[in-house]
Amino acid sequence: MSGTFVGMPAFPKAAHEAVGNQTLRANLRHATHTIRAKRANAVAEVSDWAELREAGKRIKDHTLRHLDRYLVQLEESVTAAGGIVHWAADADEANRIVAGLVKETGESEVVKVKSMATQEIGLNEALEAEGIRAYETDLAELIVQLGKDRPSHILVPAIHRNRGEIREIFAREMSEWGRPAPEGLTDTPAELADAARLHLREKFLRAKVGVSGANFMVAETGTLVVVESEGNGRMCLTLPETLISVVGIEKIVPTWRDLEVFLQTLPRSSTAERMNPYTSTWTGTTDGDGPRTFHLVLLDNGRTDTLADEVGRQALRCIRCSACLNVCPVYERAGGHAYGSVYPGPIGAILSPQLRGTGSEIDASLPYASSLCGACYEVCPVAIDIPEVLVHLRERVVQGGPVTREGNKVVLKPAKGHGAERAAMRAARWAFSRPGALRAGQRLASRTRRLHPRTLPGPGKAWSASRDLPALPAEPFRDWWQRTNGGTGDEGTAK
Amino acid sequence: MRVALFLTCVNDTLYPETGRAVVKLLTRLGVEVDFPMAQTCCGQAHYNTGYRHEAEPLARHFSDVFGKYEAIVTPSGSCGAMVRELYPRMGERARAEGRGDTLAATLAPVVPKTYELTEFLVDVLGVTDVGAYYPHTVTYHPTCHGLRGLGLGERPRQLLRAVRGLELVELPGADECCGFGGTFALKNSDVSAAMGADKVRNAESTGAEVLCAADNSCLMHIGGTMTRLRTGMRPVHIAEILASTEEEPTA
Ligand code: SF4
Repeated sequence: MSGTFVGMPAFPKAAHEAVGNQTLRANLRHATHTIRAKRANAVAEVSDWAELREAGKRIKDHTLRHLDRYLVQLEESVTAAGGIVHWAADADEANRIVAGLVKETGESEVVKVKSMATQEIGLNEALEAEGIRAYETDLAELIVQLGKDRPSHILVPAIHRNRGEIREIFAREMSEWGRPAPEGLTDTPAELADAARLHLREKFLRAKVGVSGANFMVAETGTLVVVESEGNGRMCLTLPETLISVVGIEKIVPTWRDLEVFLQTLPRSSTAERMNPYTSTWTGTTDGDGPRTFHLVLLDNGRTDTLADEVGRQALRCIRCSACLNVCPVYERAGGHAYGSVYPGPIGAILSPQLRGTGSEIDASLPYASSLCGACYEVCPVAIDIPEVLVHLRERVVQGGPVTREGNKVVLKPAKGHGAERAAMRAARWAFSRPGALRAGQRLASRTRRLHPRTLPGPGKAWSASRDLPALPAEPFRDWWQRTNGGTGDEGTAK
Repeated sequence: MRVALFLTCVNDTLYPETGRAVVKLLTRLGVEVDFPMAQTCCGQAHYNTGYRHEAEPLARHFSDVFGKYEAIVTPSGSCGAMVRELYPRMGERARAEGRGDTLAATLAPVVPKTYELTEFLVDVLGVTDVGAYYPHTVTYHPTCHGLRGLGLGERPRQLLRAVRGLELVELPGADECCGFGGTFALKNSDVSAAMGADKVRNAESTGAEVLCAADNSCLMHIGGTMTRLRTGMRPVHIAEILASTEEEPTA
């Protein structure tokens, strides 16, 4: 344990290492600052951005309020279009369903288009345990997979890597997974992209089963939508004979027309493009075109519980654009891995402790992984008030309270390790509720001010390790005021 | 006009000179200032750390002390945002918890009457030139709660530009958080310190003598980092700059 405040949990520890890693910090700083500026320009071009943001928020809220109805409608439309719908309450069930479906095809490998839902449930590892190899085909995901690494950004999972590192990973690992990297590969973007293309092309042409997520599902038509930049996703969606899509239940929109809003806000918020290069939509199956079998696995995994929380449920509006990550000063320094989940940054800090509960050290620490500066709320295209939810979850951590877990209402006890802090907060409240006590404390501090150290022991040590504390003044303001009545009274009369 | 000065617990205890500057400035502008002695703390640290129930009695106390005034002025963007943004939210939460409208009704009167200092000067008094003299190069850091919570916008810069002798230089990355964040500085001290150091380096690159802001908590964090990094720059609250005159310079 380093010298931090009481209840010292996992995020600060993980962040400690990232802050000290100069390469990582430089990579992150460069990437986030570049995209931040571009996003601002792309958003400024749209005259009705505020209206679009409000519309996105409302569509999502409306859908979430009637989620039961829209899910049933979606199931009907998907089935009518020739797809097969499966319901998964949690990660284990979802993994079991997908592994079973792959086995039914008799195949032992699948190609995947980047999907956060499958990462959330650890599908690749679950398939591996069943003897099925999953190949990631998104360029950044490929880098992460080959590097035996974990993703650290929603949109650019390998944001923490620079070109040199990527070249090295390709040269070392590609042969293990399929077509090796070309001899003499350099770190120019064109060569790296070419190496990845050749490596992946071989897999697309071989694969019989594809696994995807989806950005949106349209209830009225049963259509799924993936937006991407590289076109690799489109190959995954169209070339295999069997397609299995694993999607969180919150990704629904009621009608085709609702997409109009998000297809404007998502690309501008995420890649700062006016329109994303590839938008693929698929509805059930069609003879002679695309996969012959289509399965949709609808994933709950804590979403219904999250929906039960009045303040926290707004996190389910998220369209995973990653704008909040790119502006977040904490993400920029701590890196994505410190958040301990596939959802890093501000959205991860509010989503993970809701989906997983606040029982673990890392989940109890995530609501504090923010200075509450509000930059994330400002950029969020569906207006999720992330600071509000963070404070709400802090309350849950330190004070406990009613929550829904696995459909049942339970009352959480406060998390361990906050006893001293709670006592300090109570004591401060006590003193602040009594102006006399506050004043006595101030006077005592002023009188003994020469004795006060400029560095602190205990919980304050971490603060004073990198910053000097202010010197205490000889006289608090209220004493000056009383002595002088705001500079106009007789000095020295009042006591 | 008679206003109540809400100095905040941090200013009262650690930065009394800011309070004296506000009194001097407002008095010079013909405003009668009262300092209700029963005031303590708005409850922000409690609220933001997750102790909403501990913050409620402090918010009620705030309303009791300040409710009768025509206007409440505070030289802190974050405490101002606490009253304006979060008091209504506390009322709503109490209602959602089945505790009725009592808290909301108690807090409601102070919400629209609470102004951050620069907001009060520009919006209520309608002045941008407060007759100040401050012959220094200054860069301005818009603190997060002032910037996004209260939407102070250009007001502080307008006031600074009208100060005679003052040269205002732009701060690169001005809108980025300095890393203070109340208990964040303690709970995530490494990240907080890294943010502080970047802010100070940006400030240093301007060549300004003074970094000014409308919140002493952020200035404490930035200033503490400045002395540690031996920059030679000074953190100064905007109230002290605006209070400074040729006859009576503050620094
Ligand atoms: S929370 Fe908002 S800004 Fe962050 S990823 Fe989700 S939609 Fe984008």
